[in-house]
Amino acid sequence: QEFGLGRAALPEEIEAWDVAVLPDGTGLPEGSGDVYDGEEAWINNCASCHGDFAEGAGAWPVIAGGDGTLTDARPVKTVGSYWPYLSTVFDYVHRSMPFGAAQILTYDETYAITAYILYSNGIVDDDFVLSRDNFTEVNMPNVDGFIVDDRVDTEFPLFVTEPCMSDCTDSVEISKRASDIAVTPPFPRLLLDGTVLEPGETLEEASMQGSATDAAPVEEAAAEPAAEEVEVASVDPALIEAGESAFRQCRSCHQVGDGARSGVGPALNGVVGSVVGQVDGFRYSPAFAEKADEGMVWTAEALDAFLENPRDYIERNRMAFRGVQDADERAALIAYLGTYPN
Amino acid sequence: APDALITEVQPYASFTGEGVDATPYGMPIHFEEHVVRRNVEWLTADPISSINFTPIHALEGTITPQGCAFERHHSGAIEMSKQEYRLMINGLVDRPLVFTFADLMRLPRESHVYFCECAANSGMEWGGAQLNGAQFTHGMIHNMEYIGVPLRVLLEEAGVQPEGKWVYVEGHDASSNGRSIPLEKAMDDCLVAFYANGEALRMEHGYPVRLVVPGWEGNMWVKWLRRIAVYHAAVESREETSKYTDLLANGVARKWTYEMDAKSVITAPSPQAPASHGAGPMVITGLAWSGRGKITRVDVSTDGGVNWVEARLAGDPLPMALTRFYVDHVWDGKPMLLQSRAVDETGYVQPTKDQLRAVRGLNSIYHNNGIQTWYVNENGEAENVEVS
Repeated sequence: QEFGLGRAALPEEIEAWDVAVLPDGTGLPEGSGDVYDGEEAWINNCASCHGDFAEGAGAWPVIAGGDGTLTDARPVKTVGSYWPYLSTVFDYVHRSMPFGAAQILTYDETYAITAYILYSNGIVDDDFVLSRDNFTEVNMPNVDGFIVDDRVDTEFPLFVTEPCMSDCTDSVEISKRASDIAVTPPFPRLLLDGTVLEPGETLEEASMQGSATDAAPVEEAAAEPAAEEVEVASVDPALIEAGESAFRQCRSCHQVGDGARSGVGPALNGVVGSVVGQVDGFRYSPAFAEKADEGMVWTAEALDAFLENPRDYIERNRMAFRGVQDADERAALIAYLGTYPN
Repeated sequence: APDALITEVQPYASFTGEGVDATPYGMPIHFEEHVVRRNVEWLTADPISSINFTPIHALEGTITPQGCAFERHHSGAIEMSKQEYRLMINGLVDRPLVFTFADLMRLPRESHVYFCECAANSGMEWGGAQLNGAQFTHGMIHNMEYIGVPLRVLLEEAGVQPEGKWVYVEGHDASSNGRSIPLEKAMDDCLVAFYANGEALRMEHGYPVRLVVPGWEGNMWVKWLRRIAVYHAAVESREETSKYTDLLANGVARKWTYEMDAKSVITAPSPQAPASHGAGPMVITGLAWSGRGKITRVDVSTDGGVNWVEARLAGDPLPMALTRFYVDHVWDGKPMLLQSRAVDETGYVQPTKDQLRAVRGLNSIYHNNGIQTWYVNENGEAENVEVS
C-alpha cells in the first residue's frame, strides 16, 4: 500500500454494496421462491412495463418468447431466446428493478420473480421452486449462442489492406435515401454565414428574408399584453418547492406540467380533485377502473393515504412504488401536484 | 453599394456592451442556440433510460464542450455531491478499501484526451440510410481532456490477488450499469476521472467521478463510479450479455467486443450544415478516430468512392482521440457524393457498410463503423444516402 489512503471497507458495507451474482453462482444469497409467488410479485412490480405474461408493453423490453428468432429480420431477444446466464436475471432484477424504484425486492421475491420469468419462457414447470441450491442447474437455452470477439481473426484480414485511390469502381448509384424513410426529427440547418434555416424552410426563403432585414425590427416586447393580475391560492411556495424536489422519485413513470404525456404511469395534470382513472388513452389496471366506476375522487386525503402505501390503499393496482413514508413529503407532493390544473 | 455595416456607425461600435458579471458562468451567445444535443424520441421507451446526440455538424477542432456532449443514462442522471461520494474496492484484493472524493484528489493524477463513443453509434444505419444528419448518424461520441487517477494506482493500493482476472465496475445510479473489464486493461490505461476539459464533470457525465476506458465502448465508462470489484471471472451482467453483444447473421452473438474500430465522418457539409455558398473554394471537414490507436490517414471522395484524395490532418493525431481532417476543395457546383475513410496505426482501413454487412449481417446493432455517404445537390443541400 504505497500511499496509505482510503480506509478499510467494513463487512457490513461490503455486504450492502457487493450484490453481484456470477454465472457460477458466486454471490448468490440464501433464499428461494416459486413460480406462484413469482407471478404475484411480477404483477405487482413488473407487469406495468413488461406485460402480465412478460410479453412486453409499449417500447419496454420483452422478457419472454422469441424462440428461434435470432436469425430473423427482427430478432426478439428475451431471457429465453437470448440471455446466456440465469445469474444475469437475478443480479439485474435485484439491483435495478423495478425501474423507478430499484432495490426494493427482497431476495425471496427476486428468486420468485426469476422463477416466474423461467416459467413464462417455458424453461421450467409451474411447480418449480428456485433457490441457491438448484440455481446453477437451470439450463438456459442460448448458453452456447455467444463467441468471444473474433474481429482480429475474421475482419482484420479483410480490412487491413492497401486502400484503392483511383478508379475504384466503375459506376456509383444512390441505392437508399434517408429522406425516403423520413424518421429524423425536424432540425434547423446552419449556413456558413450564421443564418439558421428553421425546419422546412428552404434556401430560397432564407435568402428572401435576408434581403428584407433592412426593415425595422418588430418591437416584440411592446406587443406583449400587460400581465394580468391573477388571483393565486395562498400555498406556501417552500412547500411547492419541496414537492417539486420530492417528485423526482415519481418522474420515471409520471409527467406533470406543460406537454405532460402518459408513460408508464398517467400524466398527472389536474389529478388533485379529479375522479380516479380519467386520463384519456392510459390503460388503467382493473383495480383502478373499478374505483373510477365507483366515482372515487382524488381528494388530498385520498392521495395522502394512497401515496403512503400504494399497494394496500388500492389493492392489486399496478403502480410499482414503495410509497412515501414521510407525511410532510406527501403533503409537499400533493401541494406541488395541485399547482398543475388540467 | 457600400456596405452600411462598414460605412455607418453601428450601435455596438458606439454604445457599451455588457459588464463583466452579466453571466458569471457563460453560455454561448444566443446566435449559437441551435448548437445543442438532440434526441430521437422513438429510439427508446423513455427519456430517463435513453440517449441524445452531440451536434458534431456544428463543432470544430476535436474537443467536445461538456455542455453539448452526448448523454446516455440507463436510469437517469443522478445528483450526488463530492461529500456524499464513496468508492469501494473489494473482491479478490488483500485490502478492501473505501475512498472518499478527497482521497482521490490526493493520489497521483494524469490527464489524457480520449474519445468516448457509444457502441450503438450509427446503429440505426445497419438496414440502410435512415437518419438525416451527422448529429444523428454519428453523434453518440464526445472527446474530452480527462483528469483522473489511473485505475492501476487504486488497484495496487488494494493489492490484487493472483486469482483476480477481471475487474467489475458499477455506478451509484439505480441502473448501476455494471461492466466487467479484463484486469490487463484495468491495469493499463483506465482512469478514475473527476475533471474534463478543465472543469468538474457535468452531472450528465457522472459528476463527481466516472471511469474512462480509452478506445473501448462507451457503456464501459461507468458514471457515478461506486464500486470496483476484482473477480476470477466476468460477472456477465445485463449490460454485457443481453445488451452490448453483437448478433451475427447466423444467430450467434459476439461478446466482449470492446474496441471501437477505426471510423470517420464528414461533419460539414452534411444535412444539417449545407454548402449553400455555391461553386468555388470550400472546406470539407470531419472527424476520424480509432479505439486501437492513432489515426494515420484519412481519405476523402467526392464521387461516391470511385476516386479518393488524402485529407490534411489537423495537428498530431493522439491515440484513441478524435482527429480533425480537412480537404480544401474547389467545388464545380455539380452534385457530390461525399465519403471519408479512416486508416489507423494497425493498418485497418475503415470498411464500406456493405463490407461490414457481408461479415456481420444486419442485426448487430452495435459497432457500425461503415463509410458514411452524403449526397450534396447543386444547391449544396446534403442528404444521408447509400451507394452501390
